[in-house]
Amino acid sequence: MTTQPVLAAEAARTARGSIRVLLRDNAWMLGLLVFMVVLLGFTKLINPFYDIKSLQGLATSVLPLALAAVAQTLVVLAGGIDLSISSMMAVTSCAAAVLMQQYPGNEVALLIVVGVLILGLLLGAINGGLVVLTGVPDIIVTLATSFVFAGFALLVTPRPAGAAAGWLKDLVVGPLANIVGLDAIPRAAVVLVVIVAVIWIPLRRARLGLSLYAVGSNRLAAFRSGVAVRRTKFLSYVIAGLFGALAGLSLTASTGIGSPVPGPDYVLLAIGAVVLGGVSLAGGIGGVVGPLLAVVVLQLIRNDMTFLKVDPNYGLVAQGFLVIAVLVFGTLVQLRRRRA
Amino acid sequence: MTLAATDLLLDASDVSKTYGAVVALRNASLRVRPGEVHALMGANGAGKSTLVKILTGAVIPDSGRIVVRGRERASHSPAEARRNGLISVYQEPTVIPDLDIADNLRLTDTAVEPFRHWLDELGLPNLNLSTVARRLPLATLRIVDLARALAIEPDILLLDEITAALPANLSERVLEVVHRRRGDKSIIFISHRLIEISAICDRATVLRNGETVGVVDVTPGSENRIVELMLGESAAELEKRAAATAATGPVSAERTPRIAARGLSSARLRDATFDLFPGEVLGVVALEGQGQDELFDILSGAERPSAGSLTVDGKPASFGHPADAIRAGLVYVAADRTEALLMQRSVRENIALPMGARISRWGWINLGSERRVVNKAVETLQIDARAGSEVRRLSGGNQQKVTIARWVAGGVRTMLCFDPTRGIDIRTKNQIYVLLRDLAAAGAAVLLYTSELKEIQLACDRAIVIFGGEVVAELNAADADEPALLRAAHNLRAGAPLPEQVAAEAVATARATAE
Repeated sequence: MTTQPVLAAEAARTARGSIRVLLRDNAWMLGLLVFMVVLLGFTKLINPFYDIKSLQGLATSVLPLALAAVAQTLVVLAGGIDLSISSMMAVTSCAAAVLMQQYPGNEVALLIVVGVLILGLLLGAINGGLVVLTGVPDIIVTLATSFVFAGFALLVTPRPAGAAAGWLKDLVVGPLANIVGLDAIPRAAVVLVVIVAVIWIPLRRARLGLSLYAVGSNRLAAFRSGVAVRRTKFLSYVIAGLFGALAGLSLTASTGIGSPVPGPDYVLLAIGAVVLGGVSLAGGIGGVVGPLLAVVVLQLIRNDMTFLKVDPNYGLVAQGFLVIAVLVFGTLVQLRRRRA
Repeated sequence: MTLAATDLLLDASDVSKTYGAVVALRNASLRVRPGEVHALMGANGAGKSTLVKILTGAVIPDSGRIVVRGRERASHSPAEARRNGLISVYQEPTVIPDLDIADNLRLTDTAVEPFRHWLDELGLPNLNLSTVARRLPLATLRIVDLARALAIEPDILLLDEITAALPANLSERVLEVVHRRRGDKSIIFISHRLIEISAICDRATVLRNGETVGVVDVTPGSENRIVELMLGESAAELEKRAAATAATGPVSAERTPRIAARGLSSARLRDATFDLFPGEVLGVVALEGQGQDELFDILSGAERPSAGSLTVDGKPASFGHPADAIRAGLVYVAADRTEALLMQRSVRENIALPMGARISRWGWINLGSERRVVNKAVETLQIDARAGSEVRRLSGGNQQKVTIARWVAGGVRTMLCFDPTRGIDIRTKNQIYVLLRDLAAAGAAVLLYTSELKEIQLACDRAIVIFGGEVVAELNAADADEPALLRAAHNLRAGAPLPEQVAAEAVATARATAE
């Protein structure tokens, strides 16, 4: 039979072709992954004490930013931007911490968590509602609401206060389980993956996911195709609010208190992670995996700077430059592609 | 330095360009003599737009030589091409919308005097230069763009499909000016309308599959040769089939119309009344700006009428959003692909976008059935989807097929086509005619607005004519030849001379005096 080898060769060729396409379409993500591994190696090199425990610490410390980055990604994909994420985290984190101190108990804490998540949805709905109803640019609306939400946070508690339920703290610290094999896996990473998987994967496969990309990519075409543009935009902010609340809860969980003025500037860090993660700020291109890798990369750079005893202020400068470098590089790649 | 007529002003040879697996140009050449109007012809996907992009510096070729005035030049940007003496004018004007015309001129260092002169020539003597560009109609901006290019007096002026979207009176003026300017500087002229080519061009270079397949002296009767070169053999067949399936005669009025429009009105539309029956292709003919855009916007749910009623399948309908229209089975195909497609997303996502509601249950997209439907649509429409991961990499014709495929994939009941073949090559055009006929034969209703009058007889059963926002005439396809339609479109009585005839005579006179 001569057809079989031909068919086999054909199959091999298409397989090779699809691998090539897969590589090309995910080149940025692979690059990011390689960069992350190199950074991990570098970290081990400059700090021989860096071990599994450190990785668990890393996972715990990136969790708030990772969730904030997912929130930002959702909004950016739909062609918007959310400058109020940091303030949303502050409100939800403070509300959770203060309530948990007032009403201790693990069962009540569960209710509080649910309440805080609903609060996040509400805050997101305020952002989305204002953007859609007023027609004021997203960047202005969310800048304004960031002040409003920050004010709320200070009203809840003017200084860092409150407490976190024990199980909430346990959720983000340490290994998955103290069994051989599972003790190497950071629990916070599992929590992150579960949260993202439970919300993102159904979303990506649902009608709303496609609509998000459509609205971000070409508003008019989406409208003409029957996509409810305003509803999609609104929902992108609502879901971002949910992730903002999750980020706030993870802040409370990892610090044990609620702080009305969170330390790092989560808005800019989240935008940095979104950009570094290969999401187009113009909307319509990217996913959540890239920004999640980017968050780890950003945190590793900060850690390494600490290990190298660099002034932390230089760390901020370096992160800013990294974001600019990524934007420039991304634009160059786009230009080359358009010309090539 | 003076050049003899045989010396070449522009000599591009052995130009090639590949995009990944897709060969856009393999062995293209273009030789332009000083003072000639040179047509660049080719079906969509033949490599015409790639060659244009290379000449204007927007794309860098893999290989090939471009010699301008005997010196080898490589243009790496439109600005550089400009300095090399080549200016291009596209269908979409490159005017900054938020600046007034005077500032737009300053932006490109264009002197006002010659610009004024060319505006006069092009039939817009009274344009106020302090008008913000955004406020001017698109057709006027196209003329402004052209006048600006003419004022710079480039050695080579490249006109890419500029007449495609101009109203007839303006496009005749443009052709006249282009023709009169000949003998002085060179013009590369791109148009899908053969009539324009034979009216004003001296020679034509024809591309097919990325290769230059012939250079033809344009003489009376050379159109057939050009078409043959452009199409190869297969297309004549398609044209025959399109002609054979068309014009099955009027539909019986006893059936319930799919769409019954009664007294629809909006800013430009006045009291539009007509019926569209299942199983027919109804043509809509109108000059630019007679309210046809609004009519399609109302029918597709993008705009609400200020008065009038609409019934779909005998039931009253009112659309607040395109989704409502789509649910009622009314789907829209735009002339402008950027209005319809997500350029950076895949063919699959673009086809799946509007039909998600039908494929998914509870908002979930069933990937398996989605893939089946998409594949079937790609096959039905013969879409070349090799560059399928981003729609913007497809040729214009293939992009338009994607916009149609997305509706066909879900089983179409009523298709509203607004100039779907604008800027598309003859081969794809014919495929679209055949497809529309097939859809009608399968019981769908098709409303087809077209700026190319001969499409009415090729694809439609009957046609309505809109003038000043009103439906002023209804013709059966058999009677709807170009003169009849033009007369109706100008709302003229039979026998009166047409503006086109007047203009055509002017061109003929100009041609005679030039020779």
